[in-house]
Amino acid sequence: MAETTLADLAHEIRSKNAGPFWVTLELFMRDEDGYRIAADPDLLNERTIAELYHVEESAVALYRIPSLNVVKISFPRPVTQGSLKDRDIHAGQHHVPLALLPVPN
Amino acid sequence: MTMDDAPAERVGILVPAGMLGAGFAEETVERGLTLGADVIAVDGGSTDSGPHYLGASVPKTTAAAVARDLRILLKAAARACIPLIVGSCGTSGTDSGVDWVADIVAGIQAEEHLTLNVARVYSEQDTSLLKQHLDGGRVHALPPLGELDAETLESCTHIVAMMGHEPIVAALAAGAQVVLAGRATDTAVAAAVPLMKGMPAGPTWHASKVVECGGQCTTNPRSGGVFATIDAGGFTIEPLDPAVACTPRSVAAHMLYETANPFQMREPAGTLDVHEATYRAVDERTVRVEGSRFHLADQHTVKLEGARITGYETMSFSAIRDPHILADIEAWAALLRTVLEQRVEQTLGLRADAYAFDVRLYGYNAVLEELDPAAGPPREVGVMLLVNAPDQATATAIAKIANPLMLHLPTADMEYLPSLAFATSPAETERGPAYAFVLNHVVDTHTPTDMFRLALQEAPHHG
Repeated sequence: MAETTLADLAHEIRSKNAGPFWVTLELFMRDEDGYRIAADPDLLNERTIAELYHVEESAVALYRIPSLNVVKISFPRPVTQGSLKDRDIHAGQHHVPLALLPVPN
Repeated sequence: MTMDDAPAERVGILVPAGMLGAGFAEETVERGLTLGADVIAVDGGSTDSGPHYLGASVPKTTAAAVARDLRILLKAAARACIPLIVGSCGTSGTDSGVDWVADIVAGIQAEEHLTLNVARVYSEQDTSLLKQHLDGGRVHALPPLGELDAETLESCTHIVAMMGHEPIVAALAAGAQVVLAGRATDTAVAAAVPLMKGMPAGPTWHASKVVECGGQCTTNPRSGGVFATIDAGGFTIEPLDPAVACTPRSVAAHMLYETANPFQMREPAGTLDVHEATYRAVDERTVRVEGSRFHLADQHTVKLEGARITGYETMSFSAIRDPHILADIEAWAALLRTVLEQRVEQTLGLRADAYAFDVRLYGYNAVLEELDPAAGPPREVGVMLLVNAPDQATATAIAKIANPLMLHLPTADMEYLPSLAFATSPAETERGPAYAFVLNHVVDTHTPTDMFRLALQEAPHHG
């Protein structure tokens, strides 16, 4: 059986620029059970995000918002927006590594 | 019609769409007028599509789409005797972007026999004045950028400052019925009239943030606009389309959108704080928000945006379907990079540090590259070559040197030349100058309006 990912437990997982120099990601979890998994600091924390996105751990900001079953993550854009190496101008497809993260059984 | 700035009990804001030119149903604007709109506010720009629009000072939207939306909004504003405010005109809010929208407005006024006073509020900045601010210690970096130097300012093709509500309020107070603002915060266009009419800052800025992307805060983001009513105790919000709903969840969630911090948002005049905001359903499609606060800053600041040319680009695009090459596409791409650098040095005498290029394997890992969690051979791959060089001729020469490789480069074990699938003839497309955003800095202002210029035009007379 295929492993369960964060995407399986979420309404929506999205990413977007927050201005030209930041990326922000949100996990809208389907219910409180899903939220508990996404908000678990053992699964998602500044270090795991830094590894997933190849960014500095100290630059990662993580917000847990239980009233909305949301976990939100922001970090400086690793590649300057619109530069030769920028393959995602709106950073709109950068949720995928987070969405496909396997969750513990 | 004059702008009545007497204190009001409540102020209604009609936001027809998240972006001028995006389109909306005409009847949704009618509905907003019957709900008691005191202002129509719409955003006309964004940095979200990249630095080209500021760097080159060209709009992202096509004139016909902007004109279509403006015709409906100008007629509605004239009929209801309420102001129309457009922010970040021409996508980037440069002076020519403001003039571009003003020309479209003038054409519509003539065709529709409208006689509205139009104010242009320019936000483009003079480099020498900014250098004085820099020398005076009044320019501060926002993370992740470092301190600014004069050379960076001088390198920009265009620099704009993001106005708050104050220059828009000044234009309305001077008698403007249509305000065409240069670069403005997304929220300032909606906040100007409520603040002018004495509404409290917390609910005003929070409501303005929620409405700035139109239907994004509703259960159907494609439905068009929203209507917010601000009063002394908070605000209520509903979609303009009666078939769509705002829910406490959809409204609260919009504070997350395109913001790094979900609880606080800095404006020129201070900081919106929604830590203690409450969201309550009034009925099945209307939400009441209370408890939003606004902390006035000790120092009013405006943020700068600037873009400069990084080089000139030429693009080429070919495609591969042959499973033999696709079985080890990374090796093929590595060979392409190596041979291309050799050929450029042989023919143009340029070493690899004199230009830059990117080989993107669409269908394999172009979007996420080393961050991609998936693996395995793709079915087909589009190979995009993007070259950046100090001038256009060199960029195109490099792309042309790559042409036979993108047509015939074999893998190391092939004893024949494959022919790959170019998408177009000619294969190369010149992209012109490429730009980068280089400013993320704020300026301590003397007054909230002194970095912006107001040009008020008397109502046109139609003979």
